[in-house]
Amino acid sequence: MKTCLVVDDSSVVRKIARRILEDMDFQIVEAEDGREALEVCKRAMPEAVLLDWNMPVMDGYEFLGNLRRMPGGDAPKVVFCTTENGMDHISRALHAGANEYIMKPFDKDIVTAKFQEVGLVAFTEQSSV
Amino acid sequence: MTPPDYEYLRKLLKDHSGLDLSADKQYLIESRLLPLSRKCGVPGIGELVQKMKGGSSSIIAQVVEAMTTNETFFFRDKVPFDHFRDTIMPEMLKARAGRKSIRIWCAAGSTGQEPYSLAMSLKEMGAALAGWRVEIIATDLSTEVLEKSKSGVYSQFEVQRGLPIQLLVKYFKQNGELWQISPELRAMVQHRQLNLLHDFSQLGTFDIIFCRNVLIYFDQDTKISIFGRLAKVMEGDGFLVLGAAETVVGLTDVFKPFPDKRGLYRPSGARAASPQGATSMPKIAAMAGR
Repeated sequence: MKTCLVVDDSSVVRKIARRILEDMDFQIVEAEDGREALEVCKRAMPEAVLLDWNMPVMDGYEFLGNLRRMPGGDAPKVVFCTTENGMDHISRALHAGANEYIMKPFDKDIVTAKFQEVGLVAFTEQSSV
Repeated sequence: MTPPDYEYLRKLLKDHSGLDLSADKQYLIESRLLPLSRKCGVPGIGELVQKMKGGSSSIIAQVVEAMTTNETFFFRDKVPFDHFRDTIMPEMLKARAGRKSIRIWCAAGSTGQEPYSLAMSLKEMGAALAGWRVEIIATDLSTEVLEKSKSGVYSQFEVQRGLPIQLLVKYFKQNGELWQISPELRAMVQHRQLNLLHDFSQLGTFDIIFCRNVLIYFDQDTKISIFGRLAKVMEGDGFLVLGAAETVVGLTDVFKPFPDKRGLYRPSGARAASPQGATSMPKIAAMAGR
């Protein structure tokens, strides 16, 4: 089973994300901010990180920079999930090594689509009508 | 919805658009037509039907549009676009090296996600297409969705389903909560209103036809007729792409499946069978196809 680290300072968002990702057969680890998330990654690198941008202590952007400099830190697929919906933020995130970007609000379809996009889950064909 | 109302709508949709609803599609009618009744200022579908019976052609047109418009997203099903990039275009680049032009038809272009996905795929091929002229014609029954397609404007929700973030950054411009595809890509797609039930030979001849998730609505004879007419507007070495739930197998032999590429077909060179002949064929062909 793949592990997804969910990093968000809102416990409600973490709970929603957990429910969606558990349905997609991920094992979930939660962190409230970037520093906590780094600690998790030091213990065991997850396959995926769903990452908020604005958080106290250490924000998602700073976490991403630190993660990518860690040994083995280039392996996890990092998907931002944030209310920072501007093109400038998206470009910065991609430049810093994010693999995908979700603009909040999000739902199961969007998370699934984005996780498919980065190869974390298999594509399924939608049937019509 | 009363059974007579349902029957009335079924028949009307069949006559106007070829849409062939089975007896159990009440939910589909309700989900599409309740918002429309609100828009028309009537409380429900019964009243909407009354207005239609009163002869309001504008309401009939809106009902047909609402029922035939599909939800769609960028790079829907992914596989057809992999075929496009990895199989169709490499073959076409060889086969058309002389005239350096390719014509593509999106026969159910809807709100533009499919034609623009193809346009982006073409842009991503970069130098391989330098000096080539590639036309994309997007047609749809609904003028409303064609207008949306022309505008190239999508909601935040729409651009997050199927569209890789790198392509969003590269080919879209943000305008508040909305995203508009670049003028360069919009210029690659031409739009025409078209009902597949009617003659479409005036569109010219195509190398590639995407006709996905529209034939499922039609009955067997209509499908056979459309396949026959599609074959007539396609180059002998062209490609036909159908939706995941669609096939020619058991319906016609004017197209044959491309080996090991699901949803991909090529003209067989066979002439379209007459409708009488075709109706007796399917059973045998369907069994042979399994």
